[in-house]
Amino acid sequence: MKTIACIAALALGALAAVPAFAEGPHLLMAPAPGHRLDDESLQRGARDFANYCQGCHSAKYMRYNRLTDIGLTEDDIKGNLIFGDAKIGDTMEVAMPAADAKAWFGNPPPDLSVEARVRGTAWLYNYLIGFYRDPKSATGWNNLVFPNVGMPHVLAELQGPRKLVETEYEDQQQAMGAAIAAKTLVGVEPAAGGKWKVLSLSNESPGSMSQVAFESTAADIVNYLDYIAEPSKNHRIRIGIIVLLFLGVLFVVAYALKHEYWRDVH
Amino acid sequence: MSKLLTWIDDRFPLSTLWKEHASEYYAPKNFNFWYYFGSLAALVLVLQIVTGIFLTMNYKPDATKAFESVEYIMRDVDWGWLIRYMHSTGASMFFVVVYLHMFRGLLYGSFRKPRELLWIFGCLIYLCLMAEAFFGYLLPWGQMSYWGAQVIVNLFSSIPVIGDGLAVWIRGDYTISDVTLNRFFAFHVIALPLVLLGLVVAHIMALHEVGSNNPDGIEIKKFKDPATGHPLDGIPFHPYYTVKDLVGVVVFLAVFSIIVFFLPEMGGYFLEANNFIPANPLQTPEHIAPVWYFTPYYAMLRAVPSAMGTQVWGVIVMGISVLIFFALPWLDRGKVKSIRYRGRTYKIWLAVFVVCFLVLGYLGVVPITVWGQFPESWPILGGADKATVIARFLTIGYFLFFLLMPWYTARDKTLPEPQRVTWK
Repeated sequence: MKTIACIAALALGALAAVPAFAEGPHLLMAPAPGHRLDDESLQRGARDFANYCQGCHSAKYMRYNRLTDIGLTEDDIKGNLIFGDAKIGDTMEVAMPAADAKAWFGNPPPDLSVEARVRGTAWLYNYLIGFYRDPKSATGWNNLVFPNVGMPHVLAELQGPRKLVETEYEDQQQAMGAAIAAKTLVGVEPAAGGKWKVLSLSNESPGSMSQVAFESTAADIVNYLDYIAEPSKNHRIRIGIIVLLFLGVLFVVAYALKHEYWRDVH
Repeated sequence: MSKLLTWIDDRFPLSTLWKEHASEYYAPKNFNFWYYFGSLAALVLVLQIVTGIFLTMNYKPDATKAFESVEYIMRDVDWGWLIRYMHSTGASMFFVVVYLHMFRGLLYGSFRKPRELLWIFGCLIYLCLMAEAFFGYLLPWGQMSYWGAQVIVNLFSSIPVIGDGLAVWIRGDYTISDVTLNRFFAFHVIALPLVLLGLVVAHIMALHEVGSNNPDGIEIKKFKDPATGHPLDGIPFHPYYTVKDLVGVVVFLAVFSIIVFFLPEMGGYFLEANNFIPANPLQTPEHIAPVWYFTPYYAMLRAVPSAMGTQVWGVIVMGISVLIFFALPWLDRGKVKSIRYRGRTYKIWLAVFVVCFLVLGYLGVVPITVWGQFPESWPILGGADKATVIARFLTIGYFLFFLLMPWYTARDKTLPEPQRVTWK
């Protein structure tokens, strides 16, 4: 009985206590570039996902051979994207045992099959470009979009380590103006003494890629995540256009039929 | 062919049924836009049953496999994505169509004598549909499925004395679990569809017994052709309304297809982002909201304050707000049925009702902090969430539409009804 009472209280409490804003600064996110029809971007994303993400993250609803959708052959997939002993028809599992994952990261890294449908592509893109050095955290990294995230910056080598820069402005309006002018991921939050500050990121040292090239790599990975979240999306949209054209013709026929029959009523 | 028909007719009333319900069912000739939604509701019912059958072939009602099996349908089953999106879109569109169909009843007084039973069957269908949608929403086993069901079942535990036992009896467990998923699956695919189909048959039989109402709210049976005995303002349902409804069906399917093929999530209203996270009993989502079609009632539930140490009042208000529709035929004492000939008072009250329903629907989707709080310095209201206070007024408005109806409809200055139907 007590359990039920607790759950009831929890659930009803959840109805009442919803915070107006999630914790952390107000974010201005950069839109996610990338296009669902850009096969080259998707292929680069598949490569980078296999190299940088799949060590920890599974995509366990996605089959390897489905990647023929984005212009890869089965040999391409076997040769370049399958590192373990997985078969071509298998789903993208992760080698790391779940118990180890829990010990290392606190929580096992989430499966990424449908992550793009949970978070949206803009969030994912800004998350990937939003890491900065934070000596206070366990991994040495923090993230502007996901404060205190358990994941380290696995792409640090490419992007180069970045630091958090706080710039103070007299009021909220000035801070928002500066934030919008930055045209990239920044956060805005109140500072001491009624002032406002803009949180932005800047490189401590260069990575192996230029910032532009890195952003394009992040965009490829996000594009790929969006694809694996719903592999039938392109097919769905193509069929949709045909269905609507058909219904357009059917409408003309149905309307003519109705008009013909109703002539003797009016 | 005609020999075969005679053979059948000697053994089964095929021709009679066809005549009674189609070729010689006389419907008023002046149906307008609002009269498409009955046949569209029937269409969506069929779509839901057919797509549901195909989903059942690959779905697994098992807490460890349900989420996975839905993704399997979306990816590995041929055309599985189409079937699943048709079913998820169909669920929402069912409510769109039914809400418009019910609003038609309010506009033209279709619940008035002699159509009280027809209206009651309709209300039962609506109740049944809500239950069907609620049970079905658990099946994808995402976070919203899980926590939505948790919250709704917990409503029952707020009932004094029997509440806790009742909630356990519904769930079959102390929390929503595999046992709950199994029984909700049984309700969703067998029990409620059977009841729903039976009620729809009863609804149509009652309709064909008393005859359809029309936008003028007058009875076409008063003026019959002395030679044939058919109403002068009536036309056979088939072919006139079959061909007309066909146009409605094509337009509806176009809207339906735009959602299914281009906007299957409908901005998070038909498929919620959080429901792509598998159910996790240990992690409560930050914001639990029901699907849009339940939100007016959910907003009322949240708006009613707890009193005497129990939340049950909100549950009672929510229950009555749905059940009060049953009383409509006896609450309305207007001299006319149709809004065309009603006076200003009814029109104003109907507008109040619609505004209350829609704004409550909006407030049920968003957190109660959405409009901020009243300034602390204000008496009584100081510090209270504006949305909660406004939702309380809207709840009162919703109920006043029904509770004051016997008075304002009786006193309303109505216009004279025409003798015969008009083409406005």
